[in-house]
Amino acid sequence: MGSQGGFGQSKEFLDLIKSIGEARSKAEEDRIVINEIEILKKRIIEPDIPKRKMKEYIMRLVYVEMLGHDASFGYIHAVKMTHDDNLHLKRTGYLAVTLFLNEDHDLIILIVNTIQKDLKSDNYLVVCAALNAVCKLINEETIPAVLPQVVDLLGHSKEAVRKKAVMALHRFHQKSPSSVSHLVSNFRKRLCDNDPGVMGSTLCPLYDLISEDVNSYKDLVVSFVSILKQVAERRLPKSYDYHQMPAPFIQIKLLKILALLGSGDKKASEQMYTIVGDIMRKSDSSSNIGNAILYECICCVSSIHPNPKVLDTAAEAVAKFLKNDSHNLKYLGIDALGRLIKISSEIAEQHQLAVIDCLEDPDDTLKRKTFELLYKMTKPSNVEVIVDRMIDYMMSINDNHSKTEIASRCVELAEQFAPSNQWFIQTMNKVFEHAGDLVNLKVAHNLMRLIAEGFGEEDDTADSQLRSSAVESYLRIMGEPKLPSAFLQVICWVLGEYGTADGKYSASYITGKINDIAEAHSTDDMVKAYAVSALMKVYSFEIAAGRKVDMLPECQSFIEELLASNSTDLQQRAYELQSVIGLDARAVENIIPMDASCEDIVVDRELSFLNGYVEESLNKGAQPYIPESERSGALSISSFRVEEQHGSSGHSLRFEAYELPKPSVPSRPPVPPVSSTELVPVPEPTYHREFHEAVAPKFSVSGTGSSEIKLRLDGVQKKWGKQTYSSSSPSTSDSDTYKTQNGATQRDVPSNLSSKTRDVSYDSRRQQEEINPEKQKLAASLFGGVSKTEKRPAAGHKASRPNSHTVDKSHAEKSGPSDGGVVKASPQPPPDLLDMGEPTSISNATFVDPFKQLEGLLDLNEGTAALGSSSATKAPDFMSLYGDTSLSGQNMGTADLLSTGSGDANLIPGISHAPDKNGHGTGGAVTLSAQLSKGPNTKEALEKDALVRQMGVNPTSQNPNLFKDLLG
Amino acid sequence: MIKGVILMNDKGKPRLAKFYDYHPAEKQQELIRRLYGVLSSRAENVSNFVKVDSLFGPDARLVYKTYATLHILFIFDSLENELAMLDLMQVFVETMDKCFSNVRELDIVFNFNKVHAILDEIILGGQVLETSSSEVVKAVEEIYKMERAANSIMAVPSITSWQGR
Repeated sequence: MGSQGGFGQSKEFLDLIKSIGEARSKAEEDRIVINEIEILKKRIIEPDIPKRKMKEYIMRLVYVEMLGHDASFGYIHAVKMTHDDNLHLKRTGYLAVTLFLNEDHDLIILIVNTIQKDLKSDNYLVVCAALNAVCKLINEETIPAVLPQVVDLLGHSKEAVRKKAVMALHRFHQKSPSSVSHLVSNFRKRLCDNDPGVMGSTLCPLYDLISEDVNSYKDLVVSFVSILKQVAERRLPKSYDYHQMPAPFIQIKLLKILALLGSGDKKASEQMYTIVGDIMRKSDSSSNIGNAILYECICCVSSIHPNPKVLDTAAEAVAKFLKNDSHNLKYLGIDALGRLIKISSEIAEQHQLAVIDCLEDPDDTLKRKTFELLYKMTKPSNVEVIVDRMIDYMMSINDNHSKTEIASRCVELAEQFAPSNQWFIQTMNKVFEHAGDLVNLKVAHNLMRLIAEGFGEEDDTADSQLRSSAVESYLRIMGEPKLPSAFLQVICWVLGEYGTADGKYSASYITGKINDIAEAHSTDDMVKAYAVSALMKVYSFEIAAGRKVDMLPECQSFIEELLASNSTDLQQRAYELQSVIGLDARAVENIIPMDASCEDIVVDRELSFLNGYVEESLNKGAQPYIPESERSGALSISSFRVEEQHGSSGHSLRFEAYELPKPSVPSRPPVPPVSSTELVPVPEPTYHREFHEAVAPKFSVSGTGSSEIKLRLDGVQKKWGKQTYSSSSPSTSDSDTYKTQNGATQRDVPSNLSSKTRDVSYDSRRQQEEINPEKQKLAASLFGGVSKTEKRPAAGHKASRPNSHTVDKSHAEKSGPSDGGVVKASPQPPPDLLDMGEPTSISNATFVDPFKQLEGLLDLNEGTAALGSSSATKAPDFMSLYGDTSLSGQNMGTADLLSTGSGDANLIPGISHAPDKNGHGTGGAVTLSAQLSKGPNTKEALEKDALVRQMGVNPTSQNPNLFKDLLG
Repeated sequence: MIKGVILMNDKGKPRLAKFYDYHPAEKQQELIRRLYGVLSSRAENVSNFVKVDSLFGPDARLVYKTYATLHILFIFDSLENELAMLDLMQVFVETMDKCFSNVRELDIVFNFNKVHAILDEIILGGQVLETSSSEVVKAVEEIYKMERAANSIMAVPSITSWQGR
């Protein structure tokens, strides 16, 4: 063994790597690499380059490209190298092209032929190299060129080839399912391959196939179960053991497949319970891979048809994960919990404290996962606490991506479970305040719609209360600096619609406030547009109410400024406002009726209100209208007409030659002019649509009788886009809640829920008696909330806001000082140094860093006796195979190592435990022997290092530490 | 499916990068840089898993592990199991260790073609192909035996004798 050929690179290449390693800055590195590229460009086109040299150039190209520089000038040489007969060169060529090219690159066409040839080669290594390339380089179009050869290889005598051929077919399936659809039976056949490796690789394509079409593979359940059983019973060759687990990766894959097959299928699931239960019971939870299998079992159990016994075992396993100190296992525990609660929500309640611990963990991954879990277990009873927490978390992070995700989840939960509209509006305000630019604009529209629609028609006072409270809250929030644009738009809209509705605020106060917003955000046209529309509404409500409008001077100047605005949209709004103000009360009332934002506007496309007028004219002898389609030569003229209306000169040249044939014109004759001339002559940004539809059409139609405007409630939803369908449910649930609040009716659903959960939460509460009350409170509000809220109405209270108490509590908990006296049930976990968890779990390959050993030796030479003695113990330390970075990172070359002697003892037990547990432990034995021959290793490392020096990678000084820095 | 395997040192220099979906060179560089940023922001003693959906699309996860100065990163989607990936990484490292007899960063820098060969035996087209490190070592050794034979035919002097064992 050994890195043969490794240091065979020329001094130039080593110099390059060294100088890049030494580079102090990215700029310096770039300079070196660009220089290298120049050299390579020149060298690579020289005639008669020895092949070996060429190979090195290619490797240098790969290196250069890995550092992020373009090496495309050399691609063709890599392609040429694949044609070489020498295996070494051919492999280098293939490696380079797979790294350089994508499947659609022009040069691929030059390789396909070679691949075809190589797939038929007698040398199986050549075939393997070609199969590697096939996986990366063959695209949909070239699949047919190599498919027959690859299929032939399924019967190859070498299992390595069969395995790769299966994978190649799998890849084809991913890229173009139709190309291999006739070969599906081959995968089934390979499942029975003698070689477990080939069988294992077949599971990958089968998994994909099954996930596409579960039903046609139900017959394989028996086979999969029996394979899994055989694997779990160690019927496979020992070489497939990994850390004393029999073929764990195959087990995992099989469990994934079973999860698919058993999902929603009771009969199939019944065949699996025994084996899955067995594996869970027998699993070795002390090793990493054992836990991986255990986790996969839980996933499988949660996916297949539930079985109480197996579920119990899974719940126990989850408990084990959550109690573990390793963050990795906690993470998986939380994830698994999220899967299990879909089946039975009680499980989460047993682990409430563990969940809360994870929520407060400094590990961001764990936190995010926990929020995902909370998101999944949100109910009407705990929505307030959860959304509160989510918003706190959202405010604490900077990453826009996750912020957006959390914000949209908050919105979704709030829309689904909001206990009251008040709360909903407050929550939305918070979300908008902190992440307004990140949430979907539709959310803003939904919020406006909610405020506008209120609870429906039944209760007007509640509606107006809601609106007044919204207005109040916005007047308060308005002053905050840096509000996002979407939120300001909502504020403007609400102030415009409802600012003066309850008579609490005068029109001049509201208009003044709106004007403030517009002035403070004078660069944001959207906000200004909303502001001017809001002003228009306030004024017209005033006029309609018969009051005299006194426009504030600042509003006046704002409008005047907009009249000359560059934005035609703003200009139009300003002009509209001006003309509306000039009208009398009756007209204004028709143009902008009070509180009509939810009413749909029906555009009378037939213009039927003109019928009388038309008839009259006809009677007077006017020419009847001939539809454009019926007119001769209609096409060119009609399209011309339209242009005319837009003011292009109709008398000059005709450009018919350039006009597209318009067969569709007749189908939509007079409608476009109506909308285009009357409504908005300007191309408008689409997001203004709602507004124009809401305001402008009324304006245009109004003069001819408002009888045409009729309520069409079904159309309301359309106005707000797709979202409304999902959000229409919140509004109904809101009304539900509302009824409860008034004590009129009691909802059935929660009571069912709570009766189910009550017992459990009692139990768990008893257990928590000596637990930090803060956490208890939180836990209660998260998990046990249902039973509490239920109790209150049962006791005869007409709880007006069932959940307000829990919220208060959680607030109090946040602000109040902690009661110190109580002992936490779950003490802080000890610092988790061995992140793989258990020393016994890993029989590791061991890294010996020769440099460090060298350091020790050098120090010894200098006569530092203490260090000298440490060099022996130091040897196996290094390299924190166990992720023990803190130790190895800092202690390099320091005498501290002596004190960490226990740390290096670590490794050897780790390895020797392996054979202990199971007499065979092949993998462990190998490493053990390698480990035992420590002496030669040190010598070898010295030799290695001496060679490096010989090769010119000498450190610039004698200090080995520096050398280490340079080369990492 | 596995989306990529990256080895980088603790200063963020890539030592080996293999993506199973195609990304142009600049994109790869950008990804490596941002992944390094992700790693740097991780505290010690936390889990080895990070969600990287902002870099690699929905549901992408990252498992990383640090071996002395070297970070090893696996990026994959929801079809893989995090802990199993951690062990696959272990298989990869064990294999390298066997092939280089006590691997260190320098070995990877100078022999990245061989590291690629190892990786190709373990992962093919984004799917786990072989998980027994002794099998992988066998396969890689076989390749290099053949190559050595080919090299000796070419009769090019090379400095490989130092490791003769």
